[in-house]
Amino acid sequence: MNSRFRPVGGPILTGTFLVSAAVFIVSVAILIWRFIVGLGPTTAMNDLYPWGIWITYDVVVGTALACGGYAVALLCYVLNKGKYHHLIRPAILTSALGYSLAGVSVIIDLGRYWNVWKVPLLWNWNRNSILLEVAICIMTYVVVLWIELAPAFLEKWEEDAPWQWLRNLSLKIHPWLNKILIPLLALGILLPTMHQSSLGSMMLIAVHKLHKLWHTPMLPLLFLLSCIVMGYAAVVFETALADKVFKLPRETKLLAPLSVAMVVVLFAFLVVRIGDLALRGRLGLIFRFDFYSFMFLLEMALFVIPAVLLIFRRFRYNPGVEFLCAMMMMTAGLLYRFDAFLVGFKPAPNAAYFPSIPEMFVTLGLVAFEVMAYLFIVKTFPILGGVTHAAPRTGHGGVSVPATGG
Amino acid sequence: MSVTRRSVLKGMAAAAATSVTGVPKALARERKMPPAGAVGMLYDATRCIGCKACMVKCKEANELPPDPGGQMGAIYDAPDDLTGNTKNVIKLYREGDKISYMKAQCMHCVDPACVSVCMIGAFRKDKQGIVTYDPGMCVGCRYCMMACPFNVPKYQWNVAFPKIVKCEMCRHRLAEGKLPACVEACPREAVIFGKLEDLKADARKRLAADPGRYYPKVYGETDGGGTQVLYLSAAGIPFEKLGLPDIGNQPLPELSETLQHAVYQGFVAPIVIYGALGLVIYRNRKRQSSEEEGDK
Amino acid sequence: MEKEEERDTLLRRLESRGVTRRDFLRVCSIAAAAVGLPPWTVAKMAEAATLKSRPSVIWLHFQECTGCTETLLRTSHPALSELLLNLVSLDYHETLFAAAGANAEDALREAMRKNSGKYVLVVEGSIPTKDNGAFCKVGGKTAMEIIREVAPEAGAIIAIGSCASWGGVASADPNPTGATGVPQLLRTADYAPILKGKPIVTLPGCPPNPYNLLGTVLQYATLGTLPALDALGRPMFAYARTIHEDCPRRPHFDAGRFVEKFGDPNHRMGYCLYKTGCKGPKTLASCSQQHFVEVVGAWPVGIGHPCIGCTEQSVAFRIPLHATVEIDRPTPPDTFPPIHADRGGVSPAATGVAGLVAGALAGAGLVAARKLGKDAAAGEGEEKEEGK
Repeated sequence: MNSRFRPVGGPILTGTFLVSAAVFIVSVAILIWRFIVGLGPTTAMNDLYPWGIWITYDVVVGTALACGGYAVALLCYVLNKGKYHHLIRPAILTSALGYSLAGVSVIIDLGRYWNVWKVPLLWNWNRNSILLEVAICIMTYVVVLWIELAPAFLEKWEEDAPWQWLRNLSLKIHPWLNKILIPLLALGILLPTMHQSSLGSMMLIAVHKLHKLWHTPMLPLLFLLSCIVMGYAAVVFETALADKVFKLPRETKLLAPLSVAMVVVLFAFLVVRIGDLALRGRLGLIFRFDFYSFMFLLEMALFVIPAVLLIFRRFRYNPGVEFLCAMMMMTAGLLYRFDAFLVGFKPAPNAAYFPSIPEMFVTLGLVAFEVMAYLFIVKTFPILGGVTHAAPRTGHGGVSVPATGG
Repeated sequence: MSVTRRSVLKGMAAAAATSVTGVPKALARERKMPPAGAVGMLYDATRCIGCKACMVKCKEANELPPDPGGQMGAIYDAPDDLTGNTKNVIKLYREGDKISYMKAQCMHCVDPACVSVCMIGAFRKDKQGIVTYDPGMCVGCRYCMMACPFNVPKYQWNVAFPKIVKCEMCRHRLAEGKLPACVEACPREAVIFGKLEDLKADARKRLAADPGRYYPKVYGETDGGGTQVLYLSAAGIPFEKLGLPDIGNQPLPELSETLQHAVYQGFVAPIVIYGALGLVIYRNRKRQSSEEEGDK
Repeated sequence: MEKEEERDTLLRRLESRGVTRRDFLRVCSIAAAAVGLPPWTVAKMAEAATLKSRPSVIWLHFQECTGCTETLLRTSHPALSELLLNLVSLDYHETLFAAAGANAEDALREAMRKNSGKYVLVVEGSIPTKDNGAFCKVGGKTAMEIIREVAPEAGAIIAIGSCASWGGVASADPNPTGATGVPQLLRTADYAPILKGKPIVTLPGCPPNPYNLLGTVLQYATLGTLPALDALGRPMFAYARTIHEDCPRRPHFDAGRFVEKFGDPNHRMGYCLYKTGCKGPKTLASCSQQHFVEVVGAWPVGIGHPCIGCTEQSVAFRIPLHATVEIDRPTPPDTFPPIHADRGGVSPAATGVAGLVAGALAGAGLVAARKLGKDAAAGEGEEKEEGK
């Protein structure tokens, strides 16, 4: 089967790659330190804030930003918008990277990581634990994502593998993979629906510790809606950047009609968010103008502005505005999730948390690794591409020959 | 075709709606009761003299290292709160001339949040209702610390191979027929150990016998679905001042588990959605490939 | 002439017992320090002891055991009781008197007449009030009658010992004699008129520390004033703090090290006696600072027995000897953790870094958005041209 996707090619060791590598190496050093002395000296987490940014950013926000795969899969496979098919591989790639790194981040954050193998064992499960559901879902989803992405690797290796056995293997697996594709794709949509909502459910238990502006039985729905917004925004963001960086034909225009759907989702989020507060008589908290109401208003602004801008066709089709809106939606979701997990979380008076510098560096390092992996994979394997613009990619920036693996 | 798609969306919407708009009554979780042989403790803040004998004995009985508290590098034991090295601490409430001691330790909730959230059951409730911790099943995710309304479970932050630490009512001593260490050490019987029902009766009796002495409430009788460690406070000192928050009478896991079970009851909803998704994707792909063939 | 005679008598008396002027001043200093008088009072005391006429003291014994007098006489420093007894003119004291019978009664009347309105009345023992006070008679008069006679003309009244202060052991339930303390009796409507608002100093204790009497008398003799008193008439210098607050075994209490039973290893280690019923936390007295008979450690807790709270009406002879007490006046040290300990904080450096990163990302995003916008505008232009 001839792929519509192609490797971008070009040198791997670009400036961006090297800077990312440097950041990543520093974070690895910090991680070695963390595993020797424990979490106390390396992070700012404490007994009252047992979860820091490694959970809040890398897992709760990171997986939502990695929901591009989910958003595009929903679009392509369920709503059957075939014209977005060429977006699926980059989206799945960022999802796979995002989720895998969230998994890595969890391992880093776990205190007793050597027991983690006991978690998937069915007979150990505490079926009341929402975290367990999230963990199992994410573990499975990571596997699903890489399998979904596998054709990209197989296609490459079938033509040109560094080792002969790899080529043979690829040829054998590929047809078999196509057979299980449908249950796999369905799983790839079901799992994020489950765990993204459950990420919100996780904070349900903190009834008295989470600020009343954020604690609501609607948390699962709000988290689900916000992950769709964030995933879509991440796809727009990533596509625009990739097109720009790799000098590909602009695809973002294609996404513009989709923004209408986003307006719907954004307004759904806002209606649920505000309606819930109103029904539960908590609207007054918004106008106290304390720290929490300020954070809430900031969060709301970030949701409302893109929701309003994208109503207008003029703005939807302006790549600059579209990009800006995507950034705002990503930030809005990020802030909402930070608020629900850290900012609005007040376990006791006299308790505070702000990530330590090493802690932030580890998060940066993971992001840097994601950038490196992304650059390497899109340059080596057929990930990016488009049906509508089948023009040869030679002649762009002197990159004419797709880089071969190895 | 479009019917199928619509039905899928409807199903998803229904699932989301159940998760949101409250839950059919039949799914609501039953209120948990303490087990038949439930044991507990009763701490009477008006009897406590702040001697910290319980803290010393607790460390001894549980083989916990000293904790220099906020003063890192100090050699003496002065924990400023429950910590990864301290399962029991006497705190001081002082506001003007109002003074009260407060014994912080695990409350051994009847329906504990930590047990509800623990992934593979490192936290469990045993036959006597003691909330036990099994490090062998703990991955150190610290969700228990997030969930506990009393901020009881603590983590050993400064070691490479840490554990969660919290009071287990000296179950190793109970097994030997001894009293919990703090109870044994207390010179004033400010904290006593016994059957939960007896303790409740005792606490109520104390309130009735000397109403002028006590704040008129037994904390833990119903709070958060009930706890097996009960508290009495001095007149004029509400429990919030002692760090025991007003958490209502609803057990914390009730909301989260009810929602979660409503959505995942028998795993029906996910399976239905999964099946529907599979069907839709299959139809879509089939149609697409036939179109492609037609194109050719 | 009389003054001269007095002075000679005092000095001679002291010197005849081997007490030099230096010894005398030394004891004065110790006493002044013990009761919290300023240093200059020492000179004043010496002056008073040699120049002023000594205040007359009438010492009455009622329902008691004479333990208070005994503890005064048993001071190990030879000069102390001498000093005290010589500082004042002890004109009537049934235990120490050589005289007896009618002679003694005459001496009492003589002293009252001579020093009317100035003499110090010291009462030792409780006063039985049941059956018109028939349970205690001296010279055919009941204690109530005697006090009615002697109190009106007294310059100051000192109730020494717990019996005189609030009834003592004799007033323990069921109190068959209706025993009562001096202040309680004199403040009843019946007696109040004869008191004429005079202060009554109480020195509770069974027995009280003699230094408490010494301090009070010293101040009265030298300065003519009484020490600051609390609501129950107890001198603040001795009764303002509990035994517990200054107990030498307090560190053991704070560390939770207790004697579990008498004779156990903890007892031999000198641990806190609270668990064996020490009433120190409820007892206002100076025993833990000022030991008895000037021997270090000579006081109940010092010899390994819990304080029985002998100075406190609500404790002694009412709470069982070995029952533990509540701590009424907790004086918790600041080493107790607060209800909500400080946890975590916001480091300025970390905030700075976070701000920098967030700012850089936002900036980069904005730049990218603008660029994209420009590109798009250019692209549209191209497309339009192409379209034409």
